[in-house]
Amino acid sequence: MFAENETPPRLAALADPPLKGRDHSRTWPARLVVLVPYVWLIVFFLLPFVIVVKISLSQTAMAQPPYIPVLDLAGWEGLKNFFSELTFENYVLLFTDSLYLTSYLRSLEIAAVSTLLLLLLGFPIAYGIARAPRRWQAVLVILVMLPFWTSFLIRVYAWINILQREGLLNDALLMLGIVQQPLVWLATDAAIYIGIVYSYLPFMVLPIYATLEKMDESLLEAAADLGSPPWKAFWLVTVPLALPGIAAGALLCFIPTVGEFVIPDLLGGSEQMMIGQTLWTEFFTNRDWPVASALAVVLLCLLIGPIMIYQHMQTRQLEGAR
Amino acid sequence: MAEAISSKRPKNGGGLSETARDAAARPLVRFEAVTKRFSGFAAVDRLSLDIHEGEFFALLGPSGCGKTTLLRMLAGFETPDEGRILLDGEDISGVPPYRRPVNMMFQSYALFPHLTVEGNVAFGLRQDGLPKDEIAARVKEVLALVRLEGLEKRKPHQLSGGQRQRVALARCLVKRPRVLLLDEPLAALDRRLREDTRFELMDLQSKLGLTFVIVTHDQEEAMSVADRIGVMNQGWLAQVGTPPEIYEQPISRWVAQFVGDVNLIEGRILSVGGDGALIESAGAGRLRVKQKTQAKPGDTVWVALRPEKLRMSREPPALAEENSLAGQVLDIGYLGDISIYKVRTDKGLVMKAATANMTRLIERPITWDDRVWLSWTPEAGVVLTQ
Repeated sequence: MFAENETPPRLAALADPPLKGRDHSRTWPARLVVLVPYVWLIVFFLLPFVIVVKISLSQTAMAQPPYIPVLDLAGWEGLKNFFSELTFENYVLLFTDSLYLTSYLRSLEIAAVSTLLLLLLGFPIAYGIARAPRRWQAVLVILVMLPFWTSFLIRVYAWINILQREGLLNDALLMLGIVQQPLVWLATDAAIYIGIVYSYLPFMVLPIYATLEKMDESLLEAAADLGSPPWKAFWLVTVPLALPGIAAGALLCFIPTVGEFVIPDLLGGSEQMMIGQTLWTEFFTNRDWPVASALAVVLLCLLIGPIMIYQHMQTRQLEGAR
Repeated sequence: MAEAISSKRPKNGGGLSETARDAAARPLVRFEAVTKRFSGFAAVDRLSLDIHEGEFFALLGPSGCGKTTLLRMLAGFETPDEGRILLDGEDISGVPPYRRPVNMMFQSYALFPHLTVEGNVAFGLRQDGLPKDEIAARVKEVLALVRLEGLEKRKPHQLSGGQRQRVALARCLVKRPRVLLLDEPLAALDRRLREDTRFELMDLQSKLGLTFVIVTHDQEEAMSVADRIGVMNQGWLAQVGTPPEIYEQPISRWVAQFVGDVNLIEGRILSVGGDGALIESAGAGRLRVKQKTQAKPGDTVWVALRPEKLRMSREPPALAEENSLAGQVLDIGYLGDISIYKVRTDKGLVMKAATANMTRLIERPITWDDRVWLSWTPEAGVVLTQ
């Protein structure tokens, strides 16, 4: 093809391919970009968490800060003293005092029941939106998310107004004749459930909607064609295909609800406390930072299971999409 | 246009209109003046049609002609606004799809992604409440029929396109429906796979003796697989007949033009007699067509001639001056096996003639701007009055 004295094309260029073909993640600019969120997470999440763990191993003291030992990086002696004063007694307290155990169990129970209620309410809503005419779906989704545009705290306060003795709920019930006397709503478990379900509904609706919306409608027609009446097709086709969305929504609601503070504090009673309230009390009322920290660490350990399951599901879904 | 690569061998040994034999028998499916409207627009307009048991029927038509709507009404996904649909003599217009002995193979296959091949195929049988071992036996049987053995445990996303289609087919076949509906089954396949699948479908249909109704916009597909074709246009049937009937004896210009290429010559009837019809046309002189026609002298008619029926030569034809024209080659389209010649006749009419490429391109006897003679026999044309 080439004459004897012609130089062949620069084959050297082929040996070192242009950036386009290479794996981007290996280059140093890419690593630099990834480093930024890493550093951010380390400084603002990992480091504070390590501090909390450290405080949970400390003892209370009437001092500023209200615990000993305080980390003293001056000299090896100081460091040795530091580690010798760390103790596990806070954790022992947690497991022996029934107050804390009850609090954990109550939180798990409320979270579980709330998640169930959220599922029962959220699935029909998500299903309704998915089956609505296309041009309405975006509007409906925005309506579901609209409350998020206002302050969470203010919305919970609004519920106090609605649930109080002379509040809107009792007014409505009296007007409809369902009850003769106004009921007590505030400071009951029912109020907590109402508050949680109201606040977390979008977290249940949106993942389920996302999954349902992707479902091919002809699948339901195929099910009908093969002899399945609509209600059966729902259980045999729609629900199995919606399961990833349901699981995602359930975990997305369950995990934060366990540690809820504002809702049980404002709407619930004070005899039985959820773990969020217990933690707050230890921290602010009793000024027992170590115990509070221990409560937080144990809470995280409790939730590691569900969090990892959620992560695993999300990764699998991303891979499946590829 | 080249004729279909393989034409359907008639089951009972021949004869153009097999249905004449069955005319006395009650049709399996009957549409009675069925109308279906969407937002005021009639997708299907007072359509009546009979489909017989054991036949492979094709609904052919351009996009939007209503053929898919008709199919969906037969499946039960749409209800007719007017008219009735009868299956085995019973009115099924109001019967929901899950109670009809009719199954549909969807264009997108609609396989259940969360079930295995086995699960998909067994789905319909489970709805019928059959005992477990019978289900297993029938699933196995039908998977062998569509040659999918060994793939039972796979999920749809682990299958190729052709395999998915066979699962969709198996899912319907296993239920042994009275009518199997196929919605553009070959549209997504490449040419080679399309031909192979065509043969498979025809084979299955005759082997199992089922009634198939296929919807397609591909006339070659319809002509090669179907026993009878219903050509649809804007919600009504333009013509119903066997493939040769549709192709060689279209009843309207629209059908003639839709199914294959055609030359239409407008003219006036001079006389009608035992020798056929004599037509005077401005563009082509005097034409004789030896076909039965309802037209009377003085009527305006069109003579439909298929390009492959025209003989093209450099010398004038030896026979009489009827049915021959002189002209000049305007353009040539090379299609490999045939060439299509556009010829402008001396009277100004542009005609298309198709001839097989008997010699190699380089040896082609007729080329651009050549003077040629087109001629055809009186039997080659059809007189159209509409």
